[in-house]
Amino acid sequence: MNRFWGFVIKEINHILRDYRTLLILFGMPVIQLLLFGFVVTNELKDIRVAVWDQSHDRYTREIISKVFSSGYFILDSYLTSERDIEDKFREGNVKQIIIFGHDFAGKLEKENKAEVQLLADASDANTANLVVNYTYGIIIDYIRTLNRDLTAPMSIVPEVRMMFNENMAGAFMFVPGTMALILMLVSALMTSISIAREKELGTMETLLVSPLKPLQIVLGKVTPYLGLSFINAVGILVIGYFVFGLPVRGNIVLLLIECLLYIGVALSLGILISTIARTQQMAMFTSLLALMLPTILLSGFIFPVENMPAVLEWLSVIVPAKYFIIIIKNIMLKGTGIMFIWKETLVLVFMMAVMILISVKRFKIRLE
Amino acid sequence: MRTIFFIIQKEFLQIFRNRFMLPVIFIVPIVQLIILVNAATLEMKNIGVIVVDRDLSTISRRLVGKFMGSSFFQIDKYTFSLEEAEEDIEANRSDMILHIPAGFEDALVKENIADLQILINAINATVAGLTNAYTNAVIQDFNQEILGDYTGTIRFVPLKQIDVRYSFWYNPDLNYKVFMTPGILVILVTMIGMILSALNMVREKELGTAEQINVTPIKKIQFVIGKLLPFWILALLELCFGLGIGKLLYDLPVTGSLLLLLFYASVYLIAVMGIGLFMSALSETQMQVMFLAFFFLITFILMSGIFTPVESMPDWAIRLNILNPLAYFMRVIRMVLLKGSAMVDIIRECVYLSIYALIILSLAVWRYRKAV
Repeated sequence: MNRFWGFVIKEINHILRDYRTLLILFGMPVIQLLLFGFVVTNELKDIRVAVWDQSHDRYTREIISKVFSSGYFILDSYLTSERDIEDKFREGNVKQIIIFGHDFAGKLEKENKAEVQLLADASDANTANLVVNYTYGIIIDYIRTLNRDLTAPMSIVPEVRMMFNENMAGAFMFVPGTMALILMLVSALMTSISIAREKELGTMETLLVSPLKPLQIVLGKVTPYLGLSFINAVGILVIGYFVFGLPVRGNIVLLLIECLLYIGVALSLGILISTIARTQQMAMFTSLLALMLPTILLSGFIFPVENMPAVLEWLSVIVPAKYFIIIIKNIMLKGTGIMFIWKETLVLVFMMAVMILISVKRFKIRLE
Repeated sequence: MRTIFFIIQKEFLQIFRNRFMLPVIFIVPIVQLIILVNAATLEMKNIGVIVVDRDLSTISRRLVGKFMGSSFFQIDKYTFSLEEAEEDIEANRSDMILHIPAGFEDALVKENIADLQILINAINATVAGLTNAYTNAVIQDFNQEILGDYTGTIRFVPLKQIDVRYSFWYNPDLNYKVFMTPGILVILVTMIGMILSALNMVREKELGTAEQINVTPIKKIQFVIGKLLPFWILALLELCFGLGIGKLLYDLPVTGSLLLLLFYASVYLIAVMGIGLFMSALSETQMQVMFLAFFFLITFILMSGIFTPVESMPDWAIRLNILNPLAYFMRVIRMVLLKGSAMVDIIRECVYLSIYALIILSLAVWRYRKAV
């Protein structure tokens, strides 16, 4: 047992002595939370819009000032001819152009109907869609104020309640997502590389002839990462709570146990990869491709899984992060207990068992 | 010159002999282009709705029918108990509740105004926002419809209307795939230029073969060029390969000049290779350089505007993006491919990136020591 702890301490020293490892361990989660919290949002802000107003009347001026006082848009410039449109878009700064035809006010007053044209640069399709929707909403709102004094038309007023997240805070998505990603990164990527490294440099031979048993070697490699990952998980929860106001409505002990379970799954994945990979490069690329990418995408972290093509939705069934994210969201945000998440928990346990079994079968105690 | 040539030859041999390298270079792009591009969409479909209709009037049924008819929504179930519906949302069996209270039609006819409750699962704020927008659109539409039915005959003062027409340029169907594909290509090219080349440099150090080269008459600059040039070529090939796949799979438009794009990509690669070289000079082992590269790559990618518009980021992020080569290339590749922007439109990006490449490369070569 003493031997084993000696090995663990050696591993911990390895990790803590290298500032680059620490950067990934502790710098990465903080940076990611900050980026997702403040930088990568789907909220519009300061989108540059150009206006081609051929009418210059009271109404168009009012609409323009309404659009630009919304905070979503800033006025880039006034265009004077049709030729400007294409040039503006090609320069790439302007995302939308609002066009008022001739005699806007006249048409609105005489025929009760006038036309506005919105041209959006849809080379960024998602943003273009949002930009047009926002502008549309602002103009519709304006019409309503115009008509207010005329009649009170019958209308249905929807009263919308955002369940579990009244302020529609993005943190509810990205904090669990970041947690799933970082734990996967630290546990799987780091263990697989560190085991593959011993193989590549030939030090695995030294370890194998030492009195340490193979199981002890693997456990010794894994234990430090288990501890560090757990510290990481707690750290992310603390940042989520204090910086982004993310509540923990459910049982915190249950939450931490589930975190440990997920770390276990990630570690066994790391071991599995290291039994396959012979070099560090191989371990790294396998981890990146097989783990990072699916974890980011298929776990519904940035883009909702429901919108993806059916094939990808099926594929997401084998991504552990998917279950973990469901579990932590349930516990943290909905405050539900084990009753609602036992299925997901079982899936994770099953995954871990299968991977450990395969790894044990594949682990070679002899050299090739 | 001959020395450089031999180093390059040696590098290529090593790359092609490595059974693992070629799949990384040619299979990874295909997989990424298929998975990433298809996964990255905000387009909503099949939003699950639970209907709690306590009014059961003609109007309420028509409203439900309106939701049924919309391609964005699908009715998951009908119930009379709000508690039951909320439980379903809690268990993630549906996305929103449409609650029509009793007396809905009465209120609408007598008081001209009726309340309706919409409860949306908002844990994913983005999805909830979109769901809300679609719901509102359906209800607005319905409002117009009944307005015509009920008050059409008695309305004396006609309402003013502004007809909002919109068109989406360069991508009329809002096909997000042609937006994502260039972004993925940037990541692929960067992976090869930055990570593979940095790894390759450090590997020689870690295995001790760098020492052997150090005692040869090969000069520092020859060694660096010989090491980087093969990856520069590979990355450009990768870009062409990826463009071909994008064309094949998603009918990616190439509106602008392909030559201009390749020219820009080659300058860009010098910049990222400079970063890679710099990181490898700071590291002793492959693991260390991998972690460094990984850290910066993730940060660069998220800030580059691949998923969300750069303009909407906070000011400090926009300022930091001056140091982010991916942000330049991400912008340029989309402009050239999708909008057909020419040299005049991207001249600013060209100048910036060239200066960037020059600075980082000289910094890296200076930092790179031919000693142990």
